[in-house]
Amino acid sequence: MITIAGAGLAGLACAYELAQRGAAVTVYEQGGAPGAGSVARFAGGMLAPWCERESAEEEVITLGSRAVGWWAKITPVHRRGTLVVAPARDRAELTRFARRTSGHRGVDGAEIGALEPALAGRFAQGLFFEQEAHLDPRRALRDLTEKVQKLGAEIRFSTPAPARVTLDCTGMAASLPGLRPVRGEMAILHCPEVEIRRTLRLLHPRMPLYLVPRGDGHFMIGGTMIESSSDRAVTLRSLSELLSAAFALHPGFAEASVVETGAGLRPAFPDNLPRLVEQDGTLFLNGLYRHGFLLAPAMAQQAADHLLPETSDEDHRERQTA
Amino acid sequence: MRVYGTEIASRLLLGTAQYPSPAVLAEAVKSSGTEIITVSLRRETADGSGTAFWQELQKTGCRILPNTAGCHSVQEAVTTARMARELFGTPWIKLEVIGHSDTLQPDVFGLVEAARVLSGEGFQVFPYTTDDLVVGEKLLEAGCEVLMPWGAPIGSGQGLRNPDALRAMRAHFPGVPMIVDAGIGRPSDAAQAMELGMDAVLLNTAVAKAGDPAGMARAMALAVEAGRAGFAADPMERRDMAVPSTPVLGMAEFA
Repeated sequence: MITIAGAGLAGLACAYELAQRGAAVTVYEQGGAPGAGSVARFAGGMLAPWCERESAEEEVITLGSRAVGWWAKITPVHRRGTLVVAPARDRAELTRFARRTSGHRGVDGAEIGALEPALAGRFAQGLFFEQEAHLDPRRALRDLTEKVQKLGAEIRFSTPAPARVTLDCTGMAASLPGLRPVRGEMAILHCPEVEIRRTLRLLHPRMPLYLVPRGDGHFMIGGTMIESSSDRAVTLRSLSELLSAAFALHPGFAEASVVETGAGLRPAFPDNLPRLVEQDGTLFLNGLYRHGFLLAPAMAQQAADHLLPETSDEDHRERQTA
Repeated sequence: MRVYGTEIASRLLLGTAQYPSPAVLAEAVKSSGTEIITVSLRRETADGSGTAFWQELQKTGCRILPNTAGCHSVQEAVTTARMARELFGTPWIKLEVIGHSDTLQPDVFGLVEAARVLSGEGFQVFPYTTDDLVVGEKLLEAGCEVLMPWGAPIGSGQGLRNPDALRAMRAHFPGVPMIVDAGIGRPSDAAQAMELGMDAVLLNTAVAKAGDPAGMARAMALAVEAGRAGFAADPMERRDMAVPSTPVLGMAEFA
C-alpha cells in the first residue's frame, strides 16, 4: 500500500500514475474536497513550456512538453497556442522575449487580428506559440480526482495523514531545506463582451500579465511573483496593476465584473525547479513553483518510477494502460 | 573605497530583484565578486513574510544594503527604513523617494527631508539622487556621507545620460564616495562611470535580465575594474588633430 499526504495537484497526479501502474494507493487530504487547500486552484492552467523558458531553465521544456498529451487523457485541453503581445512603447520587450524563447513565429497586426479578432488593430506585432495549450485548473483537479478514484485509489478527505507516509505532496506544509514560498495573485473576470479564445501574454516592464480564457465569458488574469510567505488576500497594488494591464490588452475589460480574486503560495526550490527528495524514509515531491500543471505529469511519472521501479519501463506502462 | 567607516574592496554593488531564480542570483553574486547586495523591502513583505528569500540572500555572505524602493513619500520611506533596520540589523539604508511614477525620478525634496530624519535616528543613509549639485550639497548637510547619483532612469539601461553632469559632480565633491546607481545597461556604461572617477557602480536589471546573468555579472566586474584602473592611470586628453604615433626621424627622404 502506497500512502500519499495531500490531494492537491502533485498528490493527485502521483496517485494517478501509481494507480495506473497497478499500485494500491490511499491519499490523505485535510480539506473536504479535491484541491481544497491547494494553490493549484489559483493557477492559470497554461501548458506553455516554450513561453516559460523565457525565465526558467531548459527542464521546463524537456519535462513539460509531454504535459499536453498527459492531461488530454484526463480533462479537456484547449490546444490553441499562446499569443504574446506588447504595447507599442515596449516593443523591445517583445524582441527580448523572442530571443530568449523558441517554438514561436512572429505575427503582424493582420495575423493577430485573424487569430483573435478582438485584438484587431490593437497590436502591430506579436509572437505566436502554436504548440501551447491551456486547461481549466479546477475542472482538471475534479476530473483527475474522478480518474484516480475510478482506478481504485482511495482519497480520504477531511483526514490528516498518518505520521509516516510513502509520498509527501503537501507543498508549503512540508518542511524541506531550501523550500520557499513565492506568492502569486490572480483575479477572475466575467466579460462576455470580449471574445478571446487563447492564452494571451502582455509583456510590460512593470506589469506583465497573462490572461487565460475559462469559457463562458470568464477569464483568469495573473502575473504577480512576490518573494513572500503572506497568504493574505490580494493587495490593492497588485490588483490594480493586473486590472490596468487587462484594460491595456482590451478596453472592453473596463466593463468586466471582477468575480473572484485569490492569492496563493507556490512552493519553490532555489532553482525554481521541482524535485523528488528522500528524507527520513519518505519521498517528497515538491517545488512545482508556477509550473504545476506543466510539470506535475513528468514529476509524477518520476515518482512512480522511483516507488515502483519494476514498472518504469515505457513498454510495460503502455501494456498496463491498454 | 571607504563608506561610513567600512572598507569595501569590490566597487560593484548588485541589486537582487528580477532574477529568474534565487539559484541564478546566487551564481551572479558569486561571479560578480560583489561584497554588497541591495534588497528591496516592499511594504507587503515588511512584516517578515519575505524571510525565506532573505535567508537565501544572507547565504551569499555579502553585506546587505536594504532599500526603500517604491516609496513615494517621506513617511513611507522612513517607516520602511525603520522596518529594514529591525529586519536586517543594519544601520545602512539605500534611500529612495520616488517622485514620478513613469520615470521613477527621485523626489529630491522628499529625499533630503527623509535623509535628515533618518540620519538623526542614527541611520547611515545611501541616497539615490539625481546629478544635481545643490541637491548633493543638501544631502551632505542632512548627514549623508555618500552620494548615489543616477546614470539614467531605473531599469532603463540607457547608460550615462549626462556624463558632463556626473563629471561636474565628481569635481564638486572630491572627497565624498560616489556610487552611480541606476541606468547602467552594458559593461561599457559601467566602465565609463568608473573612468569619470566614480567610486563604485550599483546595478541590477542589466545583470538580472541578461541572457546569462552570471556571465554579465562577471563582465560588469571586469568593466568596473578596467574603468577604475583607467581612471587611476590618468588617461590622456582628447585632441582634435591627429598626432602621429610613429616617429618621423629616419624616414626616407625623396629629394
